[in-house]
Amino acid sequence: MRIGVITYPGTLDDRDAQRAIRLAGGTPVPLWHADDDLKKVDAVVLPGGFSYGDYLRCGAIAAKAPATKEVIKKAQQGLPVLGICNGFQVLVESHLLPGGLIRNEHQHFICRDQKLRVENNQTAWTNLFEKDEEIIIPLKNGEGGYIATDDTIKMLEEENRVVFRYLELNPNGSMNDIAGLTNERGNVVGLMPHPEHAVEPGFGPDTAVATRSGIDGLKFFQSALKALVNS
Amino acid sequence: MPKIIVEIMPKQDLLDPQGKAVANALVRGGNKDISGVRIGKRIELHFDREVTEQDIEEAKKQAKEFLSNDVIEDVVAVTVEN
Repeated sequence: MRIGVITYPGTLDDRDAQRAIRLAGGTPVPLWHADDDLKKVDAVVLPGGFSYGDYLRCGAIAAKAPATKEVIKKAQQGLPVLGICNGFQVLVESHLLPGGLIRNEHQHFICRDQKLRVENNQTAWTNLFEKDEEIIIPLKNGEGGYIATDDTIKMLEEENRVVFRYLELNPNGSMNDIAGLTNERGNVVGLMPHPEHAVEPGFGPDTAVATRSGIDGLKFFQSALKALVNS
Repeated sequence: MPKIIVEIMPKQDLLDPQGKAVANALVRGGNKDISGVRIGKRIELHFDREVTEQDIEEAKKQAKEFLSNDVIEDVVAVTVEN
């Protein structure tokens, strides 16, 4: 199974995303923002970073890139797409997911191991989690405050489209503690925290068992591989 | 140079931390009658020819769909300087 990872100018976490895909058992395929050829990949990850230096608005210019336009087209046909941090911002700016992401409420960049609850385990990227499973993966962002109109929030809650919610601490002022969302079909998922940084023992968040042993992020990528095998 | 000017402001009910910080500095500097500051964006689209009605329509479309995000911002003006 081949999972593409798009690199934009200013992307930081493309190599980590590729590594996560490899550790999950998939084949990572590097994709370039200016190229509208998605190389027949089975799924796509939009990684974290600061595409186009966050010019205009975070993710706004990347949303117009040739590779992204192809992703939008294919996502509407069911291609699994995961947007992480800046990738989540790109999904929102592409209108694949509703709402917007604004500067953290406290105005500071934040970097911490964040506890989340998996609210929806029916998506292409969360099907290996238990419903309400609590996980810990790193979070690092400056503009991660999720906002949307009251109607949109109501719709997201009613349709079970909030996939992850912040637990114990809301790190950026996101409405309803929303950390991640999915689209109607469940193939597109976007979240602020970084699953690709919690995939290998020795390099993940601390757990009760041992320091840096957390690998809760691995299931995101394994879920996508499972979804692809079953499709 | 002919240009179309697009002005964008953060939505009224949204916190504008930049404006708040500037307002605090102004008031500290003695301008105590300034009750608030909000900071938006002015985007100039330059042309090497006269701006047409069609250009303005396209600019309005881009202002709404790309230059601003209607969840957090309002396009407050699209004007032409020929």
